[in-house]
Parts: sequence; structure tokens; C-alpha cells
Amino acid sequence: MLEGLTEKLQSTFKRLRGKGKLSEKDVNAALREVKMALLEADVNFKVVKDFISILKERAIGAEVLESLTPAQHVVKIVNEELTRLMGGEQSKINIASKPPTIVMLVGLQGAGKTTSAGKLAKLMHKQGRRPLLVAGDIYRPAAIKQLQVLGEQLDIPVFTMGDKHSPVDIAKGALQQAKSINCDMLIIDTAGRLHIDEVLMEELKAVKDHIHPHEILLVVDAMTGQDAVNVAETFNEQLGIDGVILTKLDGDTRGGAALSVRAVTNRPIKFVGMGEKLDALEPFHPERLSSRILGMGDMLSLIEKAQTSFDAKKAQDMEKKIREQSFTLEDFFDQLQQVKQMGPLDQIMGMIPGMNNMKNVPGGEVDEKQLAKIEAVICSMTPHERQQPEIINGSRRRRIALGSGTRVQDVNSLLKQFAQAKKMMKKISDMQKGGKKMGGKFPFF
Amino acid sequence: MVKGLFSKLKDGLSKTRKGFVEKVENLVNFRTQIDEELYEELEEILIGADVGVTTTMNLLERIRKLVRERKIKDPKELTELLKEEIAAILKDESDDIVLNQEPKVIMVVGVNGVGKTTTIGKLAHRFQEEGKKVLLAAGDTFRAAAIDQLEVWAGRANVEIIKHSAGADAAAVAYDAIVAAKSRGADVVLVDTAGRLHTKTNLMTELSKVKRVMGKAMEDAPHEVLLVLDATTGQNALSQTKIFTEAVDITGVVLTKLDGTAKGGIVIAIASEMGVPIKLIGVGEKAEDLRDFDPEEFVEALFSK
Ligand SMILES: Nc1nc2c(ncn2[C@@H]2O[C@H](COP(=O)(O)OP(=O)(O)O)[C@@H](O)[C@H]2O)c(=O)[nH]1
Ligand SMILES: [Mg+2]
Repeated sequence: MLEGLTEKLQSTFKRLRGKGKLSEKDVNAALREVKMALLEADVNFKVVKDFISILKERAIGAEVLESLTPAQHVVKIVNEELTRLMGGEQSKINIASKPPTIVMLVGLQGAGKTTSAGKLAKLMHKQGRRPLLVAGDIYRPAAIKQLQVLGEQLDIPVFTMGDKHSPVDIAKGALQQAKSINCDMLIIDTAGRLHIDEVLMEELKAVKDHIHPHEILLVVDAMTGQDAVNVAETFNEQLGIDGVILTKLDGDTRGGAALSVRAVTNRPIKFVGMGEKLDALEPFHPERLSSRILGMGDMLSLIEKAQTSFDAKKAQDMEKKIREQSFTLEDFFDQLQQVKQMGPLDQIMGMIPGMNNMKNVPGGEVDEKQLAKIEAVICSMTPHERQQPEIINGSRRRRIALGSGTRVQDVNSLLKQFAQAKKMMKKISDMQKGGKKMGGKFPFF
Repeated sequence: MVKGLFSKLKDGLSKTRKGFVEKVENLVNFRTQIDEELYEELEEILIGADVGVTTTMNLLERIRKLVRERKIKDPKELTELLKEEIAAILKDESDDIVLNQEPKVIMVVGVNGVGKTTTIGKLAHRFQEEGKKVLLAAGDTFRAAAIDQLEVWAGRANVEIIKHSAGADAAAVAYDAIVAAKSRGADVVLVDTAGRLHTKTNLMTELSKVKRVMGKAMEDAPHEVLLVLDATTGQNALSQTKIFTEAVDITGVVLTKLDGTAKGGIVIAIASEMGVPIKLIGVGEKAEDLRDFDPEEFVEALFSK
């Protein structure tokens, strides 16, 4: 079921290799696959419909870039539109000009509001704020206690008036309390409620009208199905939400609900919940989620990056070298120059499916400063040394270190990294031979 | 009695019915002939109800075939056909929970926030009303205040609860509860567990262990392993069902939160793709908001005005 879209599209396009333009027929066939992928990922069918018509307009008659197969090209268009729809990265909370900043979390039962409140408090605390957690769920048994326990674990104050007062009174009381104990942020947990429960929606509106939150965040379970549009639409209409927290994204859901929510509210997804631990709240990365929805690792971002920063001809040569295992330090140097344009190395490594755990090997985590060092070291080598690093013995190492203004350890570690990189390339090229996932056309590293 | 239950179920399902059923009926009432457009709209309705692409395609394929075979011309007959087909899928081996062991041990599992603890509260209430002696096991020792939450339910239903402190071994809690139930002559033990994403291998292994340890306290326990699914969940419910079945061999599904606008169509996919029976449905947050899942009634209520 999770077969990547690229693979599906590749078979759709099998007979189309080498064509310069995408015809309407090609596009329709391809978009059918895209539609299925989106539906399987739980994107709402109405959203899918609109989205497909946008894609169609863009794809018909589009010139296929020389460096991409038609399938990759369609994926590229899909991804671009998907990422555009998802909006840019936006993980900031509206901060009040006059503290305290009031944040309110709302959503369905079981979405993860209380846990998210705790996580958000921790994040804000880390950013130097002094949050006060407010126990506003007076309905669910032990919800108040749950927040109190979290507060204790985090060493963050929790305000409660028990479950006998209205949420409005609790919010007002909390505001007083925040001022008197010098907290600059209120994070209000609210009871889960169905969007169609008019009484409870009125209650939220009353809280809003009395204390005017600076930020109302809708908490949505990433596993939500088609109903996500109804939920998001209604909460937004009734309360005017400012953003979304997408929870439980650490599971295996494709997370299409995010797209639905975004499409009907046009509000940014600000944070994602990635686990039960209280530090598992992360900023939202639109492009990661688009590729996840399409079921293809982060390959897409890589297509993008490779495409914008690699010279296609050079890349092909490189690919050949990797395949033939004739990769030298000279090429390594060349690649480093190109990779530098693509962004941080470990990020690149992380984007290659199956390479995630390679981040921990030396050579997979080269930072930018080290890059400069590496360049210097390679520059101090003779062409012969670059072609055949095996010959670099102790005295050569000392000479290179001296010439590059580095230490012998630096030279050693580069040589080790290079050996590792070669091993990795073998892995990658084996993967390519297997024809799996890689699409087989673009270079990396 | 039957009538009363039926109308209650209809109440609970009224929102489910709106949307799903009205759309089908509006659609077929509106249409005068069976054409591609009609099938496309039916497809959208099913997919919009979270039935899922595969099951929807299979359903419609069968309906197309039946339409051809029976030479059906009237779009309205499609409602009947769809009803028949869905009921046929759901009818599979769904059996009620009978307290035929002493005690009957029921383990409740699922991902975070689906309604496990609430379902246990509701079940406790139901069995208590039936005059059974109920014992709850506070097996969610992980989530903050989960034990307190179950205690509140125990208090509401006026039943006993076995608990350890937060962070304790869940298997030990379950074990103790079964031993206590045996010595106290309880009819049923309801074992709560911590919510966990099915993808967390270590947590799933822990769950298997909890189940295994229960077997040491009483042979064949647990007799029933209920997977709680949230009706708002999309296709991921299939993955949940698959992996929880692998870990603890679930015997039935409880579908909660059917009182919202979520259509709950995923149960059709689950029944058809996994053959796991749907046993109970949750239609609210109160103790009484639990119903037996009856395929006939479910489909009937789903399709009636
Ligand atoms: N509307 C509605 N809410 C429910 C239903 N079942 C459970 N809930 C709510 O869902 C939330 C999570 O339930 P809980 O039992 O704590 O889930 P657990 O984490 O699986 O134990 C609570 O707010 C419950 O009141 C239901 O059938 N309908
Ligand atoms: Mg629970």
C-alpha cells in the first residue's frame, strides 16, 4: 500500500521515455495515480479534486526537463504544488506586545491537547519564557490531574480551580495568577469536544471573548481521516484559529489530514508531535510532509535540491564514477563544492531513503567548518595523491597538514571519511542497481 | 425492547447517517439513470466516509456486476444493493461478549486517545447494571493521571479497582487483578492498558508480555482482547488493526466517537480486509454511550432517513 508514487508513475510512463512534452493523456493517466496516492494518505476527497485540477493545468504541455524522467517530472510538479499549498515553515507563536501572551489549545477528544500543552510549555520555557499551564478541561476524568503531573515533571506552574468553575472563570483566574506570579505566557488546555457540539463550542467562544487569546491552536491527530475537513472548518469558523499542532506523527500514518486542514483553514501547521516524551514537539516542515503524504521518503526534496544545484552533465559523470567505483579525492573535492550549494550534509544524508542511520558514521556528519578544512587539505595534496590516496603515508600526511595549516589528525580523519564515503557510495550504487526508490537518475553526494 | 435499542442506536448514529445516507439517497433520488457519473459520485461518498480506496473499488466493482447481472435500471435500487453488500461484509462472525468464564478477562488495547479507558468505564457500567461483579485493572501505568482517570470511572460504576503506583509494571497489575478477581469471585476483569502507537516495537513487545503474564494468572486469559479504534481515524486504522493483531491477537474491535461527523466507514474496510469482527460502538462520553455493534442495525440505521 505504501509503494512509492514515483514507482507507480514510472510504470505509467514506461512507454513514454524520451518524450519532450506531457500530453493530456499522459497527464490524466499520471494524475490518476497521484489521486489514489493522496486518497490513500487520507487527504479529503474534495481537497484532492481541487488539487488535481490545479496540477492538471500545470502539467499538460509542460516541458520535461532533460535531467528528469516524465515520472520524476510529474512528481516534481506534484511536490511543488503540494509544498506550496502547505505553506512555508511557520512555527512561531504570536507574542503579545503586552504580556502575558495567551495561548489556547482546542480540538476533538483524544487529539492530544493536554500532552501538547505540556510540550509547548517546555518549548516556550526553553526559549526563555515563563509559561503558566491552565487546567481548563473540567469534564474528562482526571484531566486536571494529568496536567498537574506534567507541570510537576516540567517544573512549570499549573493553574487550576478544580472542575466546579466555568472555563471562563478559570481563564480569568489564570490571567490574574499569571500577573501576580510574573508569568509571561498562559497555555490553556481545554476539554476535547466535537465540533458539532454547539453547547461546548459556545463555551470556547465565551472563553475567547473574555480573555482574547493571542494564539488559538487547533490540535489535530495526524491519523485523522476524511472528517478532518469538517473538524477544521468548524473550529476555524467558530473560533478563528491561528495555527495547528499535528500530533502523533511518529506513527506510520501518511498524514494527509494535514493537507485537508491546511486547505480548508489556510492556517499554518506550526508544530508536530513526534512522541510521548515532553520534548517531542518539533517545528513543522512542509516539504517533509508532502513527500510523506506521497509515500516517498524525502526523495522529493532531494530531486529539488539536486536539480537546482547540480550541473546535469557533471552529475552524470559522477554517477558513472560512483557506479564504477572509480571515485577519487579529486571527485570528492568537486562533489563537496556542489554539496555545499545543496545545504548541510547531514540533512542531505537524512533525505536519502535508507541512509538515515548513516548520519552517525564519520563522514556523514561533516559540518560546514570541517568542510573548509577538508578543502584546504585536499588542495595541499598532489594530483597523484588525490587519485591514489593509498600512497599517503606518514611523511606525506605531515607535509599535507603543514601545507594546509591543519593538523595531522585532520588529514587522517579526512582520509577516513573518504574511505567511509566510498563505502557509502558503493551502498548507494548497489541500491541504484536494484532500481529501488532511487529513480536512478539524479546524483547525490 | 428491540425497538428501544434500535431507536437509541439511530440517535447515536443520526449524525453518521446524515452525510452518509442522505448523500446516497439524495444522489440516487436525483438521478434518473445509472451511468458513470453516478458511480463516480458513489465512489466519492464511500471514500469520503473513510471506507478507503481498495474497499471502495471492490464494493463498486461488485455492484457494477450485480447491476449487469440483474439488469438493474433504477438508481434507487443501488441504495439497496449497496446496503446488502456492506451488510454482507460486516455480518462476518461478529459475536457478542458473553461472560462465560469465571472470571472473564477482557484486555483493552489501542493507540493513544482513542477511548480505551472510557470504553472500560462504559463496560463496567453495563456489567454492573446486569448485576455482575466487575473488577478493573489500572494497567495504564504510563500516562500521567491515567490511574486516577480509571478510578473515577470505577467510582461512577461503583466497582472495585486494582492499581499499583504510576510507573509500575503493567503486567504485574493485570496479574494481580486476575488473582484478586478469582479469590473475590468476580465475573469480569477489565484490563486497561497504556495507549501506544503500533509502530513502537518495544511498546508492542511489552503489550505482548502483559498478555502472556495474564495467561499465567489464569489459563486462557485474556479471553477477549478488544482493540479500540477512533471513528475519526482514516486509513491508518488498518495498519493499527494489523499490527495489534500480530502482537496480541485481538478478538474484536470497539469503534468509538461515532457521535461526531466521522462516518466510521473504516470498519467496512477492516471487516473486509482483515476479517476482524466489530463488537461495540461508542456514541458519546457518558457511561451509557456504548452499544453492541449489530451489522443489520448499523447498516439499517446508516441507510434509513
Ligand atoms: N464524543 C466521544 N468521545 C469519546 C468517546 N469515547 C471516548 N471519548 C473521549 O475521548 C477522550 C480520550 O478517551 P480516553 O478513554 O482517555 O482514551 P485512551 O487514551 O484510549 O484511554 C476522552 O475525552 C473521552 O471522553 C465517544 O464514543 N464519543
Ligand atoms: Mg487511557
